[in-house]
Amino acid sequence: MAGAAIELRNVTKRFATPKGGIYTALRDLTMEVAPGEFCAVVGPTGCGKSTTLALISGLEPPSVGEVRVEGRAVRGIPDGIGYVFQTDAVFPWKTVLENVAAGPRYHGTPGREARDRAREWITRVGLAGFEDRYPHQLSGGMRKRVGLAQSLITGPKILLMDEPFSALDVQTRTLMEDELLALWASTSASVVFVTHDLEEAIALADRVFVLTAGPGTVKGNYAVDLPRPRKVAEIRFQPRFTEIYEAIWSQLRDEVLVSYERQKHAAAV
Amino acid sequence: MSVKSTRPRSSVSGQSPQSDPPPQAREGNRNSSDLAARRSSAARRRRLNIYALRVAFAVLWIGSWELTTSLNWVDPFFFGHPSGIVVRLWTWITDGTALGPLWLQVAVTMQETVLGFLVGSVLGAAFGILLGRVALLAEILSPFIKGANSIPRVVLGGLFAIMFGLGLSGKVATATVLVFFVVFFNAFQGVREVDRNLIANARILGADNRRMTAEIIIPSSLSWILASLHISFGLAIVGAVVGELFGATAGVGQLIYNAQHTFDINGVFAGMLLLAVMALVAEGILTAIENRLIKWRPRQLSGEIPI
Repeated sequence: MAGAAIELRNVTKRFATPKGGIYTALRDLTMEVAPGEFCAVVGPTGCGKSTTLALISGLEPPSVGEVRVEGRAVRGIPDGIGYVFQTDAVFPWKTVLENVAAGPRYHGTPGREARDRAREWITRVGLAGFEDRYPHQLSGGMRKRVGLAQSLITGPKILLMDEPFSALDVQTRTLMEDELLALWASTSASVVFVTHDLEEAIALADRVFVLTAGPGTVKGNYAVDLPRPRKVAEIRFQPRFTEIYEAIWSQLRDEVLVSYERQKHAAAV
Repeated sequence: MSVKSTRPRSSVSGQSPQSDPPPQAREGNRNSSDLAARRSSAARRRRLNIYALRVAFAVLWIGSWELTTSLNWVDPFFFGHPSGIVVRLWTWITDGTALGPLWLQVAVTMQETVLGFLVGSVLGAAFGILLGRVALLAEILSPFIKGANSIPRVVLGGLFAIMFGLGLSGKVATATVLVFFVVFFNAFQGVREVDRNLIANARILGADNRRMTAEIIIPSSLSWILASLHISFGLAIVGAVVGELFGATAGVGQLIYNAQHTFDINGVFAGMLLLAVMALVAEGILTAIENRLIKWRPRQLSGEIPI
């Protein structure tokens, strides 16, 4: 498909381990994300979910195969990429305002204009009044909002999210998921959302990719035809949600079991 | 340190707890405000106890010193007299020293120390950050740096005395060399320890190399660099004094040297006391600067460290 926002074609990624061995994180992985599509990637622990994001963002080159973003092969970091990290990646020595204004400033926007735009985004993620706080003065959920504003302010055409809400408590998490959907609806960004939580994946995404136990490759992809706008807390109770969940889980379960057995073995050795 | 521990006194313990209760106590019932008051008064009592014990320790230490030397159980010729030290300091203050007025000696040593400290820490931080950023350079230079670091740097004091003569520059050079390596290694390590996620995030957000260094690498390694400055100032004093011992016309080190050569043990101790006071004052100033520079750090990390 020529119009895909993101294409990974027969991608393999190997890393050198500190002991001198080679670790294969992804093997012959092929996936496509349509423009404006919200995709979730699920898979067992250590299957290379995060590695797919590193490849799309250009932070890591593939060992074999090709990664294309907006039709162009990825060399270095492509334009229009936003990345929300799993752990806090906001800059602890910058205030909320400076953190959010960083992206525009790095792209050459004059300081004052960047700060004005940052104030807008801070309000949009519900942090008005916290502009001058440092990250350590905020709660985990608030820091996540800063991270969201920080990447969304650059107007990304592609938003990569690496288990962004996994460290949050359940209530905050549901809240953030709803807000993410609302913010995403106002953009035309394609999203790749990595998570180990299948419920979260289905609640948010248009399409769910299931990866195999590592080395990861796509085991299947499932369209999620639940209507939008969605309320994350309520959508879980729809019968269609349960159907989709069961279909995907039957695939995912085997991989989770494989990965679990391996971990037990590794621990026993 | 006693200079610093006065600060954490919160508004609750500083004033009468009833007149200004903390917010949670205001909202809560009488019980919780009682609890807060009791806790703050316990904290204050503990602090007073610490002060009292410090004074007791000093009295015991100096008192036993005074007693044993005046009873001649310990030879005051070798060990000095606390009272003799005070008298010696007083005569230095009122009558001046053999080298001139006392303030001049302190000023000279302070000047050497501060200059050596500044030059050494700026160079150390700059090279540490440079080598931390440019891996190739670090690899090439690593054996030379390790080799240079293994030289007992005090020996260089003698070399510098020959190279630079009796003036200021020899002492500054000795202090600089002592400070440089400590700050260098800390800055280097600090650059290496920068969170990979922060670097990735800055790259995604479009930071170029210059911005990465200025806005990510340097602020992140600043806590490492500043931590090393506390040790470095002490080392700068060592460098200045050692430089003076190798030959000088003024300074506290020279004062100690003179006292030693006239068997004036009280004079040696008085000189040491001056150096200790200088170090403590500088430590206080450095801590204030540090808290200013890294105000983004959580309090318990940047705040009080008792020793």
